[in-house]
Amino acid sequence: MSPGGSAPRIAWRLATVIDVVPETPRTRTLVLNVPGWPGHRAGQHVDVRLTAEDGYQAERSYSIASSPGDTRLSLTVERLSDGEVSPYLSEVLHAGDMLELRGPIGGYFVWDIPTGGPLFLVGGGSGIVPLMAMLRHRSAALATADARQRLPARLLYSSRRWDEVIYRDELARLAEKDPTLQVTHTLTREQPEGWSGFHRRIDRAMLEEVAWPASDQPRVFVCGPTPLVESVASSLVELAHQPTLIKTERFGPTGGAV
Amino acid sequence: MPPFSRGFLGRRQSAATAGRLPPGQYETRDFPVLSAGPTPQTPLAKWDFALRGANGQIARWTWEEFTALPRQTTTKDIHCVTKWSKFDTVWEGISVDTLLSEAAAKGVASSPFVLARCDGGYTTNVPLADVTGGKAWVAFMYDGKPLPPEHGGPARLLVPHLYFWKSAKWVRELRLMENDAPGFWESLGYHNYGDPWREQRYAGDE
Amino acid sequence: MNSASSESHEPVVAGERLADARRVDGNAAAGILSEVFVQDLTAARAKCAGCGVTRTIGTLIVYAHGMGMVVRCPGCDRVMLRLARTPTHVWLDSTGATSIVISRDAS
Repeated sequence: MSPGGSAPRIAWRLATVIDVVPETPRTRTLVLNVPGWPGHRAGQHVDVRLTAEDGYQAERSYSIASSPGDTRLSLTVERLSDGEVSPYLSEVLHAGDMLELRGPIGGYFVWDIPTGGPLFLVGGGSGIVPLMAMLRHRSAALATADARQRLPARLLYSSRRWDEVIYRDELARLAEKDPTLQVTHTLTREQPEGWSGFHRRIDRAMLEEVAWPASDQPRVFVCGPTPLVESVASSLVELAHQPTLIKTERFGPTGGAV
Repeated sequence: MPPFSRGFLGRRQSAATAGRLPPGQYETRDFPVLSAGPTPQTPLAKWDFALRGANGQIARWTWEEFTALPRQTTTKDIHCVTKWSKFDTVWEGISVDTLLSEAAAKGVASSPFVLARCDGGYTTNVPLADVTGGKAWVAFMYDGKPLPPEHGGPARLLVPHLYFWKSAKWVRELRLMENDAPGFWESLGYHNYGDPWREQRYAGDE
Repeated sequence: MNSASSESHEPVVAGERLADARRVDGNAAAGILSEVFVQDLTAARAKCAGCGVTRTIGTLIVYAHGMGMVVRCPGCDRVMLRLARTPTHVWLDSTGATSIVISRDAS
């Protein structure tokens, strides 16, 4: 391991908020300009640091939502009722403000085209964020129907209610344009009238129905609250998926950074 | 100095409580849970508490014996090194003075240092002088109810005049020692003593 | 931390474990580890000094809060890494990991 080699120490940078985009009643996306951004891989995150005037600091991690090819960096933040940082990022911060961050961070929970597929993504709540970066990357990088056919993808996404589904419309558009992408939702608390989809927490039976068969050796990424991630990962192993092909990121009890 | 985040206030103290707050602290009405591992779940039938002397003598109490000892109720402010303070917390338990005198009657000799040892492997060290003279308890009730597991139940050490990492959760033994031995956080950059009023958070402070 | 004792009484390590909602995984340790190591450590592999199993650091169990992070083996619960950050230093205790293997290829 040579210091100062090909992987420089991750430095704090000052980003400018370009835009703030509401996603759901409790989440919004911060679109940032980060001078000198070295690029990232889908699945990585950044650490964000806030400093009050008296020097008090708070740090939290947020998954990068944008595709590696985007010129802007996007973070999607969920407002947690007892959060210290999330209320600031989801309510106070606005375009023109500065935000200190460092990254990209993470070499384990990452996916790019060369990793291959088929791709199976399982998300709960704000766990969708790094998975969305992967789907955006896939969509941008696979230009032809042929290329997509060779690397098909499925997303199983658990949310409490229809209006809490982050990126709902974009996911619908992506799936509509691309028959090799299948998006399946499950709504665990309330469903809109006429809902014919899943309406329970992800369990083994649902995974058996939705996932690629284990024999296809899909690359699996699971992200969300700790209990969901652990339950999904165990169920997939019970369904004969190889543990080494299942990558997990636990967001903790609330499904995201506090 | 890092740039300021416009409009970020973090936690703020109210003027009314300023006098009760050690330097660098803010008041919380919550009771945050900080854990170094999974919450231990020791059944009361298997639980016991030990006071072990450097001479090898041990005094031990089962849950029934322990809770039958003369107990005290105390109301204290508590201060966490992560900067939150909580006022007027009400605890019920056995004073460490009581435990030491009961143990002395069983031949457990005194020593100048104490190491608290807990289910899950956590340890913390305190001078004997800081757990005697009415300064410390082994508490099993909080706010009038049995101490919940996430807050250290069945019983935790309570040493409120020091930073709250010294009030070891899931305590099972106080080991008296001739020499001081740094515990879990004390051996990882935190202050060996931890007086919130002198803001002794980290090794090398003051 | 747990010293050997000839006495039969030792503090009991966790009976029935609760589904602990406060735990996350090694991905959460990446930022603070980047202050110690040049290479990203989430894809590195660490061998548990307790049970001897080698796992990717991103899959280890992390208990993280304001005081620091405790990284535990998902198999035997042994503490593999302990991390604390003071205003001036990062403290790392890796005695619970017999070895850590990091790929030199940054990609």
